[in-house]
Amino acid sequence: MKIICNGEEQEVRTECTVSELIVSLGLKPETVVVECDAVILKLDEYPTRQLHEGSRLELIHFVGGG
Amino acid sequence: MLTIAGRIFHSRLFGGTGKFSSPQVMKDALEASGCEMVTVALRRIDLKNPEDDIMSMLDRQRYLFLPNTSGARDANEAVRLAHLARASGGGNWLKLEVTPDPRTLLPDPVETLKAAEELVKDDFIVLPYINADPILALRLQDVGTAAIMPLGSPIGTNQGILTLPQIEIIIEQARVPVVVDAGLGAPSHVAQAMEIGADAVLVNTAIAVAGDPVKMARAFAQAVEAGRTAFESGLGKKSSRAEASSPQVGLEFLR
Repeated sequence: MKIICNGEEQEVRTECTVSELIVSLGLKPETVVVECDAVILKLDEYPTRQLHEGSRLELIHFVGGG
Repeated sequence: MLTIAGRIFHSRLFGGTGKFSSPQVMKDALEASGCEMVTVALRRIDLKNPEDDIMSMLDRQRYLFLPNTSGARDANEAVRLAHLARASGGGNWLKLEVTPDPRTLLPDPVETLKAAEELVKDDFIVLPYINADPILALRLQDVGTAAIMPLGSPIGTNQGILTLPQIEIIIEQARVPVVVDAGLGAPSHVAQAMEIGADAVLVNTAIAVAGDPVKMARAFAQAVEAGRTAFESGLGKKSSRAEASSPQVGLEFLR
């Protein structure tokens, strides 16, 4: 199925969880903030939260700033 | 010692984490600065080129994170960034900044006040970045911000304190700590801020882009100390007339 992640279309398997997606992108879940369909997820929701066709995700992290 | 929202800071210099040439230089410079609070920003991860995770470079026992809302153009965007920062384990401290004009990066007073009110109600410890406007500073304190962060000059300009008379009024009226932020380009600028009674200063660009950021961080730390000590010592009054430092008597033998 297709989802939109950080503005770009991605193909993921059906029932893919947020954790699986993050790991498949080479990222560590604890360093990523996830907004899924405009709702901010808690870290402990990542392993169980399943994505759906057309889910819109924003993966955010801390960067240097002033 | 400085206390903000019940937390004690031994250093009155706060650091930024942007613009450093590498995470290692950032880490070393922050250590040399002695600062205990550092600002961080939130951005979308570039999935094709994920940057180093700066969280892992910084010891959370040593530094309190002050996530900023940089990039927010209105109150809604700032509030959204604040919630993302808190969700990411950034704590509930927040440097609130709302800068709708990318050319000047000057803060929007109306949207900043609006966002501050909402975020304070939502249990954030809000440190708002504002133009040096004494009335706005009062209004923000009224809604419960933990500090006030007036700008010396626009972000990243290294122009020093162009807003001195207004900052003096803000300090005189303040019921919460005043942190001079933005535009502080040289140790003399932060010394000046501390001499007039600012409680702390926030410096990013001037340290990050210095030829030797680690050495420059040390210089800024020394200037903060010097300025604060001078303020506590009580500076002499300014005078328009000359007043001799040497005695004016006992000169008869010359004439």
